Amino acid sequence: MFGYEFYIDPSRCIGCQSCMKACEECETHRGTSMINFDFIDRPETIATAAYVCFHCEDPTCAQVCPADAIKKGLDGIVQSALEPRCIGCSNCVLACPFGIPKMQVKQEQMMKCDMCYDRTSVGKKPMCATVCPSQALSYVTPEEIARGRREKPTNVFYFGDQKVTTKVFMMVPEDVDAVSVDVVDYMWEGRP
Amino acid sequence: MAQPPVPVDRLADQYGPHPSHTPVGGWSHEATHAPDRLVKTHCCFCGQQCGIQLKVRNNQVIGFEPWEDFPFNNGMLCPKGVKRYLQSGHPDRLLDPLMRTDAGFRPASWDEAIGFTARRLREIQDKHGKDAVAVYGGASLTTEKSYLLGKFARVALGTRHIDYNGRLCMVSAGTAYKPAFGVDRSPIPWSDIPKADVVLVVGANVAECAPITTSYIWRCRDRGGKLIVVDPRMTPITRNADLYLPVRPGTDLVLLMGMLHIILRDGLEDRKFIAEHTLGFDEVSASAKPYDPHSVAERTGVPAEAIERAAHMFAKADRAIAMHARGLEHHSKGVENCSALINLCLATGNLGREGCGPTMITGQGNGQGGREHGQKCDQLPGQRSISDPAAREDVARVWGITADEIPQAGLTAVEIMEAVHRGEIRGLLSICFNPLVSLPDAGFTREALEKLEFFGVIDFFLSETAHHADVVLAGSLQEEEEGVVTSAEGRVIHIQQAVDPPGRARRDGDIICDIARKLGKGKFFPYTNPREIFEELREASRGGVADYFGITYERIDREMGVFWPCPSLDHPGTPRLFDGGISMHPDGKCRFLPTPWRESGDPVDADFPVYLTTGRVVSHYLSGTQTRRIGGLVDQYPEPRVEMHPRLAGTIGVATDDWVTITTRRRAITLQASVVKTIRPDTVFIPYHWPGGRSANQLTHRTLDPRSKIPEYKVSACRLAKADST
Repeated sequence: MFGYEFYIDPSRCIGCQSCMKACEECETHRGTSMINFDFIDRPETIATAAYVCFHCEDPTCAQVCPADAIKKGLDGIVQSALEPRCIGCSNCVLACPFGIPKMQVKQEQMMKCDMCYDRTSVGKKPMCATVCPSQALSYVTPEEIARGRREKPTNVFYFGDQKVTTKVFMMVPEDVDAVSVDVVDYMWEGRP
Repeated sequence: MAQPPVPVDRLADQYGPHPSHTPVGGWSHEATHAPDRLVKTHCCFCGQQCGIQLKVRNNQVIGFEPWEDFPFNNGMLCPKGVKRYLQSGHPDRLLDPLMRTDAGFRPASWDEAIGFTARRLREIQDKHGKDAVAVYGGASLTTEKSYLLGKFARVALGTRHIDYNGRLCMVSAGTAYKPAFGVDRSPIPWSDIPKADVVLVVGANVAECAPITTSYIWRCRDRGGKLIVVDPRMTPITRNADLYLPVRPGTDLVLLMGMLHIILRDGLEDRKFIAEHTLGFDEVSASAKPYDPHSVAERTGVPAEAIERAAHMFAKADRAIAMHARGLEHHSKGVENCSALINLCLATGNLGREGCGPTMITGQGNGQGGREHGQKCDQLPGQRSISDPAAREDVARVWGITADEIPQAGLTAVEIMEAVHRGEIRGLLSICFNPLVSLPDAGFTREALEKLEFFGVIDFFLSETAHHADVVLAGSLQEEEEGVVTSAEGRVIHIQQAVDPPGRARRDGDIICDIARKLGKGKFFPYTNPREIFEELREASRGGVADYFGITYERIDREMGVFWPCPSLDHPGTPRLFDGGISMHPDGKCRFLPTPWRESGDPVDADFPVYLTTGRVVSHYLSGTQTRRIGGLVDQYPEPRVEMHPRLAGTIGVATDDWVTITTRRRAITLQASVVKTIRPDTVFIPYHWPGGRSANQLTHRTLDPRSKIPEYKVSACRLAKADST
């Protein structure tokens, strides 16, 4: 959908798993959810998180694919592996810094979130972001996000030396510009 | 003689619950991809009543599509809403009326089943009097069916005993709001929630039991609002709470009085509002004196500083909302608990303006509408008292009988089961109610059911309670019969008939009317469709508190729902009640109500040292008759677990997945443990959606609030022991 972007805010997630149930209803992979959902550590906390594919500008999954089976469209959507090409090697599953792709053992094919291509290509919102009761997954205009939320969106992530820019946005505190998960990103040594 | 005809395992093999994972024809079936039409209607689960579009093909519901234009939920749905369509074409569905035999149940003709039902009810009444039979209804029925059932009990059967499963749900709130404000409804529409500066949530697991309300609370926080959560468990919304008060089960009243004490001590009350709009302040003010923060901390287990902070946050906010649900209401002092919360709002002037006020989160599908028009034992249509001579005259005129012919108030839901147990009520007709799972003290309920001389059930699946039936009349799912329901915020909305009942199953309304005809009362039940019932209900509610006269199906569709009261066709409806602080009492004043303390009916002691509290999980609804048959929802929470803190688990040497026997003064059950740091160490929690040996209600007790007659589900005393396995 033109003018709409996907925003993820795990701090809003209530763990209801509506996104997973709705993802199963998608026309292209009916019966199988492509959502990545975690109870962070249920014995310790109620915190949960639901993710979709971040749809990287330069997707690691495609870079490491020996069969050239993973394609990114002009719209920025990184698709599931092409069935005739995918050799089921799981390189993408291991390499994705976000841990998104899933190997469908039965089909011997990597499948992942394609941001509801069948819906977004005809002017509908992705299923998960439409139903999400807490709007932890949200598909709205940048204006709406800027107007509504305390946090701000970023789509720049550092994983050690790897900088990843994505189509999907993560909501972060107002004074943060990028998400860094590796301690190296916070060290002085090795900086250019 | 109403024991199950054969062992319940055999009934379960035949009638389920069997979880269905795929739509009719399977996931990949071409037919499930191309609907003939989309039907704009509402979810059948819970009082939020989210808008949803059902995909229909060949008289089957084959999927759903979000309905983004419906203003309450804008397309949002919880997992129950997403998967609700899987009830269509379900293998467990009852397709014929069933008659009990020695070998189980056999399909019967409608003539035989209705004839038998009417004959048995009449025989019992002829022999033992009109009140020897009772009717059970449910708050998931449409308002038309609720109205019809109330009229059926009073006009066709002439019994005073009709009550419904809403008695297990909302009644403490209603019983508190009515004397305070003259009406039983949430004072605010949900669109007010994001406008509050402080939202106080007391005893409401919003994220799991009213998931869409989460988005309203998060939007409130987005614009800087603060969230205070009061609960013995850190429920999922607590992750973003600005203040969390881990109240000891059964002590909410003490905590709320403690907050009032601090507000009055520090002069934070709204003197002007109190003087202009309220009565009874002085008495309540005096009663708050003994609740000093130190003693309140002792009794509630909440630190005094946290109580001070909560009181100050609430009182200093320009607009504060206080939300509550069953956690506040399921107590032997449920009414006083709700009154204490209302008192807090009145003392701080939080009423009758945008973004403030007390509000109840109704739990059941038609929890609001189902309690307004006559299936409550003491109420006539329009939320009018059955003991009010003027209301009786009005309704008798609409019904075409004399006021004398309307019975007086009867017993409430739990009391009806107790009267069955005593042998006073010998015949029971039940619809939309699974008391064997949902009433407290399930062993007692089973004994009572076994004593019934006649038990008739109208249902779409064979519930555990229906195992005891003499006749089961195959009724309709929500999407198989048109009608209206009223959502938690007081919005009257339109349920569409998307498909016809399958097989020989029939619409509930037609079944009830046919029994009435067989009883010789057909002239009072001339309806051929729900619309005719609604037209009569509009008239019967006219002039009542819950006035629906100005509401029509067409207006609801055009205006995306209409908030009652709506007394005339040109009236816009009333989203927010009490504008300017004016209540619906004749004098316009709101009442502070006294809130004396009472102990729990099942107190913790040395033998039973741990608090047991029960509730719901996000993927199941009420007694589970529907959701335990939907595969995706069963997968998410397949079996009940006993939730406990590691400190408590350590005392009995239990880790997650170990089996634990929970024993109360009634009975014991054995479940697997979930050891989590998100519950008080003196409390365990068990969800109640399951029957038999997994049923939390084997453990609960029948103590009722003396006025609302709600059971005290939220406090039982128990002890725990590690079990080998089951």
